[in-house]
This record gives sequence, C-alpha cells and structure tokens, in this order.
Amino acid sequence: GIAANIYCCGAGTAADTQMTTDLISSQLELHRLATGRTPRVVSALTMLKQMLFKYQGHVSAALVLGGVDPTGPSLYTVYPHGSTDRLPYVTMGSGSLAAMAVFESGYKDDMEEEEAMQLVASAIKGGIFNDLGSGSNVDICVIKKTGTRYIRPFETPIEPRFHKPGGYVFPLGTTAVGQTKTLEHTFKVVVEGGDAMETS
Amino acid sequence: MEEEWANSEHRMGTSIMAVQYNGGVVVGADSRTTTGSYIANRVSDKLTQVSDKIYCCRSGSAADTQAISDYVKYYLHLHSAELDDAPTVKTAASLFQLLCYNNKNNLSAGIIVGGWDKYDGGSVYSIPIGGAMIRQPYTIGGSGSSYIYGYCDANFKEDMTREDAQQFVINALSLAMSRDGSSGGVIRLA
Repeated sequence: GIAANIYCCGAGTAADTQMTTDLISSQLELHRLATGRTPRVVSALTMLKQMLFKYQGHVSAALVLGGVDPTGPSLYTVYPHGSTDRLPYVTMGSGSLAAMAVFESGYKDDMEEEEAMQLVASAIKGGIFNDLGSGSNVDICVIKKTGTRYIRPFETPIEPRFHKPGGYVFPLGTTAVGQTKTLEHTFKVVVEGGDAMETS
Repeated sequence: MEEEWANSEHRMGTSIMAVQYNGGVVVGADSRTTTGSYIANRVSDKLTQVSDKIYCCRSGSAADTQAISDYVKYYLHLHSAELDDAPTVKTAASLFQLLCYNNKNNLSAGIIVGGWDKYDGGSVYSIPIGGAMIRQPYTIGGSGSSYIYGYCDANFKEDMTREDAQQFVINALSLAMSRDGSSGGVIRLA
C-alpha cells in the first residue's frame, strides 16, 4: 500500500520491492501533507521511476501500480530500469506470460467489478498452476473512488493433497530418548530507581 | 530466474519517422516494446509531447528515453517561461543532444524531434545513438528503418500536403513493421 487510494504489487527481489514501496509511500505522505490533496497515481509513478532509473536497474523491483485519484482510475507497470507503461491490463513477474494469456483472451472494456475480479483471479491461477515461481493463493485488492477493499485470501485453489488421520502428534518415545536433564533457574527481577516522567 | 525476458531491459526495437511538409511536421511510430523476445507492451506510445507544438519519437532503451524526454520537457517548460514565448524545435533538439552526447556512455537512445515554431516552420531533427544532431527534411529511425530506406528515398517529396505526408508515413511504417520482428502493433501518428 502506497497510499489509501494507491496500491502496488511487487515482483522481483522481495526486499527491493518492499523497501522501494515503503520509501515512496513515505515520500507521498509528506507530499500529501504539504499539498493538502489526495495523492495522485502519477505522483507515485514519477517518484518510483526516477528512483529506479537512478539505480540503473540494480534495484530489482518490477511493480504493478494502480489506484483511483481525482483524475480517475489508472494502472501502470514500472520496470527495474525505470521505464513505465500505462495500460488497461498488466501482468508482471515469472508467471506474467501465463497470466497475460488469460487476460488477452478474457479482457473486455467496461467490465463489472465481479467480472473483473474473476478475470484477475483466473489470470493469477494461470500463474499459480503453470509457473514454479508463483505461489499458492490468490490475494486481491479492489480500489474504488469510494474506498479500498483488501481481500486476502480471495481464493485458495491448491487443495492439500495429504491428510494424516489423527493429525501430526508424536508422543514421547516415538524417537529414541537419549538423556533427560531438568535445570532449575530462578530469575531475579531488579527494579532500578528512575525519575518520574516529565512532560514540561 | 534465468529467463531472458525476466532479466532484460525494456527495448523499443521500433520503427519511427518524422516528415516535414508544407506547413508542419508529421511524426509516426509503431507501438511495440520488448523485453528480450517477449512483447511487454503491444500498444506503447513512442511519440512523446515535450511542448505544445514539439514531439519526439523514442527508440532504444525505454527507461533511458523516458527519463531523457522527462528532463527535456521540464527544461523546455522552464526555458519557455523565461523566454516568455513558445520554444523552438531547434532548442528542443539541442537539449536532447546535450543529454544524449554528454551521457553517451550510459545511454542507449535514438531520438527524432519533430515540431513547428514560428521562425523555421516545420522542422525535423535526427539524434542517433552517440548524440549527433542533424536537421533533415525527413528522417527514419529504429531497427525497422533499415528495411525502408529504399522505399522512403524513392517516395519522399518536398512540400507534400498534410494528407500525403501522413499517407507516406503510414505506408513506410507498415512496410517496416511487417519485416522487422522488433516493430509491430499499431501505428501512432501526431
């Protein structure tokens, strides 16, 4: 989350995407306080692209940036080298080809919210099932003029394959017991004298 | 990941061109941006407006050219506020040249500047990789341009009408896009 009305998905190096997102989120908050206005997606976009370009691709953050601001809804991709694209539908990451295949066959302009959510879930599932680098759950974030809904998880398409009857409980003696030693340790609590807290 | 498209920079293989006609300039480009052999954006807009009547066509690295044109747009805006007049195409092209030449070791950018100002009318400037700048009646650029030098030399005429100039650009870019793998999508004109 970059701002209340602007969210960012990250692919690439997790540390890079987190630190970059946090940095821009902090800069945007200061900007919001200075201007007194709801932040715009293009502001976050410009801050992100200028930072990533400065690091010439060494900060491995590939981001999908979306949000709703006073100019309307918008969706962007941001690449590690600092280039950006504005598009109606985007995918990033190792599973992006599988997900884009789903979008290219299923996308229509002016979909309803439910339809769009189902399409996004299908695209992500394309990545989950066909790409080793993609995980097991579908998380969705819906951003509207009226507010943001963060649905985590939206779907859990991977069924657990094995259920052990009785569950995983291992009584003492399942593995060989070598030695048993009990240590008693008493903790001494020391309260050091301190000054009373002052507010003046 | 070892995938080529996961690690490569975004490139605009591209076919771009600008043509001066009687009264102005027509600029045109394809819309394909690739990362390796994956098409990252099949509807990109490579025609960037840097001022009211001046456009640039971008080819080469997507990140480099976006950053450069953002700088030029900013400097040009500042310059025109100080000048209290619309900027000239020559000024815009010079700014591009300054950035491209002085940072030539770190940039991969081929740019065409086309626009109109009251002193020179319509003008087209070509700034290839390396940072040279030259004014030409028309110019082509990008990887797809190699395939249409013959067509363009045979079909270009000075002082065409706007419709003829637009048709010339459309025909030339279509031919380039059909032969060059790194160019494709739609043709954008401005």
